Amino acid sequence: MPLLEIRDLCISYYTRAGEIPAVVDFSLVLKAGESVGLVGESGCGKSTVAMGIMQYLGNNGGIVSGSIKFKGRELTTLGGEELRRLRGSEIAMVYQEPMAALNPSLTIASQLMEVPMVHERVTQSEARERALKLLADVHLPDPERIMAAYPHQLSGGQQQRVVIAMALLSNPSLLLLDEPTTALDVTVEAGIVELIAELSRKFGTALLYISHNLSLMLETCDRVCVMYSGEVIEEGAVDSIFTWPKHPYTHGLFSCIPLPDADKNTRPLVPIRGQLPLPHERPPGCNFGPRCDFFKQGLCDAQDIAIEPVTVGKDADHCVRCIRWNDIDPSDAITVGPSKQAVAVGDIVLEVKGMQKYYEVDDRSIRALISGGGKRYVKANEALDFSARRGETVAIVGESGCGKSTFAKVLMGLETATGGEIRLDGINIGEMPVRERSAKQLASLQMVFQNPNDTLNPSHTIGSQISRVIRKFGVESDRAKVAERMLRLLDLVKLPRDFAFRRPRQLSSGQKQRVGIARAFAGNPSMVIADEPVSALDVSVAAAVTELLMDIQREHKTTLLFISHDLSVVRYLADRIVVMYLGRIMERGTTAEVFNPPYHPYTEALLSAVPIADPKIEKRHIVLEGAPPSALDPPKGCPFHTRCPRKVGAICEQERPPERAAGEGHVIACHIPLEELRGVEPVIRTAC
Amino acid sequence: MTETAMRAPSHQAALLRALTSFALLRESWVGMVGAGIVAFWIVVAILAPLISPFEPNAILQPFAKPGTEFAEGGTFWLGTDQIGRDILSRIFWGSRTVLFYAPLATFSAYVVGILMGLAAGYQRGWVDEVLSRIGDIILSFPVLVLYIIVIATIGASGVNIIIAITFSSAPGIMRIVRGLVLDLRNRDYVAAAQTRGESSWRIMLVEILPNARGPLIVDACLRLGYVIITIGVLGFLGLGLPPPDPDWGGMINEARAIALAFPHMTVFPCIAISSLILGFNLLADGLREISLRD
Repeated sequence: MPLLEIRDLCISYYTRAGEIPAVVDFSLVLKAGESVGLVGESGCGKSTVAMGIMQYLGNNGGIVSGSIKFKGRELTTLGGEELRRLRGSEIAMVYQEPMAALNPSLTIASQLMEVPMVHERVTQSEARERALKLLADVHLPDPERIMAAYPHQLSGGQQQRVVIAMALLSNPSLLLLDEPTTALDVTVEAGIVELIAELSRKFGTALLYISHNLSLMLETCDRVCVMYSGEVIEEGAVDSIFTWPKHPYTHGLFSCIPLPDADKNTRPLVPIRGQLPLPHERPPGCNFGPRCDFFKQGLCDAQDIAIEPVTVGKDADHCVRCIRWNDIDPSDAITVGPSKQAVAVGDIVLEVKGMQKYYEVDDRSIRALISGGGKRYVKANEALDFSARRGETVAIVGESGCGKSTFAKVLMGLETATGGEIRLDGINIGEMPVRERSAKQLASLQMVFQNPNDTLNPSHTIGSQISRVIRKFGVESDRAKVAERMLRLLDLVKLPRDFAFRRPRQLSSGQKQRVGIARAFAGNPSMVIADEPVSALDVSVAAAVTELLMDIQREHKTTLLFISHDLSVVRYLADRIVVMYLGRIMERGTTAEVFNPPYHPYTEALLSAVPIADPKIEKRHIVLEGAPPSALDPPKGCPFHTRCPRKVGAICEQERPPERAAGEGHVIACHIPLEELRGVEPVIRTAC
Repeated sequence: MTETAMRAPSHQAALLRALTSFALLRESWVGMVGAGIVAFWIVVAILAPLISPFEPNAILQPFAKPGTEFAEGGTFWLGTDQIGRDILSRIFWGSRTVLFYAPLATFSAYVVGILMGLAAGYQRGWVDEVLSRIGDIILSFPVLVLYIIVIATIGASGVNIIIAITFSSAPGIMRIVRGLVLDLRNRDYVAAAQTRGESSWRIMLVEILPNARGPLIVDACLRLGYVIITIGVLGFLGLGLPPPDPDWGGMINEARAIALAFPHMTVFPCIAISSLILGFNLLADGLREISLRD
């Protein structure tokens, strides 16, 4: 008997606009100890499935038809008391935001011990013992200290480990993980992913792993279900799906992920055209039809498409929901876009020399009062040195808190530098706040923001927001000409012209981000800073926005400063890379230099942490211990020494590492001699 | 594309939005009841000259009980007061006073409070310190004492009622606006406006203020109710509009001494005040309910 058996499940939400079918005809069989991944873009219904299994759909959601059997018991008809006994004891769940999943006013101990005490009525001391053991199992150092701590005293990664421990405490047979690493940094994510894979082996727990990230499936799951617009469109063993994706959508998703061999000029990404249909506007027949290159009228849109088994490779239960799967080969679709002309790199536009940014923090503790040292500094940026040329893409890479966004703020004039120089076209703007900058300086330096829902003012129309920039920077002043230019900018970012009258809430995230790009380019800037412009977007949308940004950059010969934590995107689009850690530059050089040995040990760990959606690629696993130290109290010597797997010895703790030039413009700040770093085995290798 | 062609759809959209927001209110019956009561009093105020059976200040027949027939024709439906004026007509005309001064005073308090709140929340630093401390000082006085001090200093008149209410309510509004601005100023679109060199006032008024409107509209409805109470209280204390013009609070005050013997002289103006305040409170509840949904 399978552990979990879902048959023809349909779940709808009831809103003001009417019934919205979120999940349609969902079937899944999960055996004990198996791990299945549920992958899809936002709005495809994957979280709704998890909530349906938990029977926790909220006031406006309901199961329309179908059955969910858990260990042979029908869940859809269970009453409140029976469900309460089941949830948390036999089926447990891990959520996306660890901070929101833990109660901030209770210690970890009381939150953990509650689980076995409620479900199994064990004594307090036994509950405590089990909690301590599980904290050790999730590799948290010093479980006693963690038990006494409150959630806010732990880092995000530690919190998520606690949540996982809490889910495993009652020894559930099914664990639902809803995007458990999305809110975490890459290096922390790598640790959690490894932990999840290890725990499912160790405890024999079945996993349902929900993620938007295909690459993570490869490292955690046995089987994968790909969802699109409420339906499973393809299902099969991980290897089978990754090697022989049969559905054009699955295939399209893979073409949107920048793999190591993608290149912005010779092998550009191919975004899936169009966008996800709204639940009440799904097309007849195949939901993917309007976006599919293999769409055949009269066939694909004639009737509802059933999911049917295919026989590829050695996997027997690979199923696909495509009526034409036998006639088509999705790899016939163009998986590599037409190669594009590389931008000729011009003169130096931006030069950063020894830039520092300190934030003053008032220390009001009694100790500080006595010792008289009332002021402390957060050293957000320390001695930044690099330059960017016209038409070039420079990426700043690092985990959250490394100071990359602070640098962007100083560059934009929203903050002023504490020391050093930032020269834009030869003029030092480091200590020039935005008010003191001339209109020309402002226009030449614009920014694309991270959060698509925050980048546009919800109260004004798209057209008026773009027009304002055009008028403000004096590109045009005549009303008709401003309107004309605004419309041409909408064309440039490939949005329909009547979007000018819409308000931001009528747009999808990807569309908002396009408007954000149009606004940044409205004043003909010579340099654009993009602060994680695609990290909040879905894979296929991100690919389209990335390509758009590249195309506009090529056309306008703009310098792009790309700030990101995602090394796969950075490898794809950057010409040169600056790797930052705790406000300092660890390594800088061209993309090829940074991605191949000699590496800085931190770069090496970052590279290893990035999941890659290609089973042919072998990767060395390096998991960093602990969390980045606080910038208020950075370690002496090399800032990375507290987590460095290649730490040499006392010298790392005491002396600043020297900047060694490994090539022209390739600089590594590390005590390890270059010769030794050169000998390091590459992190990523293509298996033959 | 010509300018008119570009403008037209946005006007239609504005009309459509206004209609949909009214349609939304229909989903909250509490809000509908509130809107109904408020609408009733607005209609009464507009039609007061037509529907009042008598002149509001005409001295006709003292101490008439409700329902008494007047010798020269007509009925005192709600009776007359101690000097013989028809109470129903005075309530009708009094609604004009309250519905004129209450929104005006609220509006004036909002203009001052919003400007102070925007400046404090956006500029921070010493501007924030100074404005917030001034607000704290004003708010630390009991409001009644504050009204008496202000009106006693500058005298009782329509304009001075507005000044007194603005003086005492603006700090509270400032605090709400400041709180909203502290959140909104960190949005990316504000950073985008700063990096294109917009002036502070433009950022405050065009980029930030429109996005704070939701909670402010709800608060304005509630506050309108309080201001009606205030105007009533001022009338009752004799600090309201000078007689003989009808004023609900004043009517209660004049009949206070004989309230036990002639309850109709105080009860009906009280019902009028309460119903209008109730109307605004229910309307605010309905608006809040709708804004929280979705």
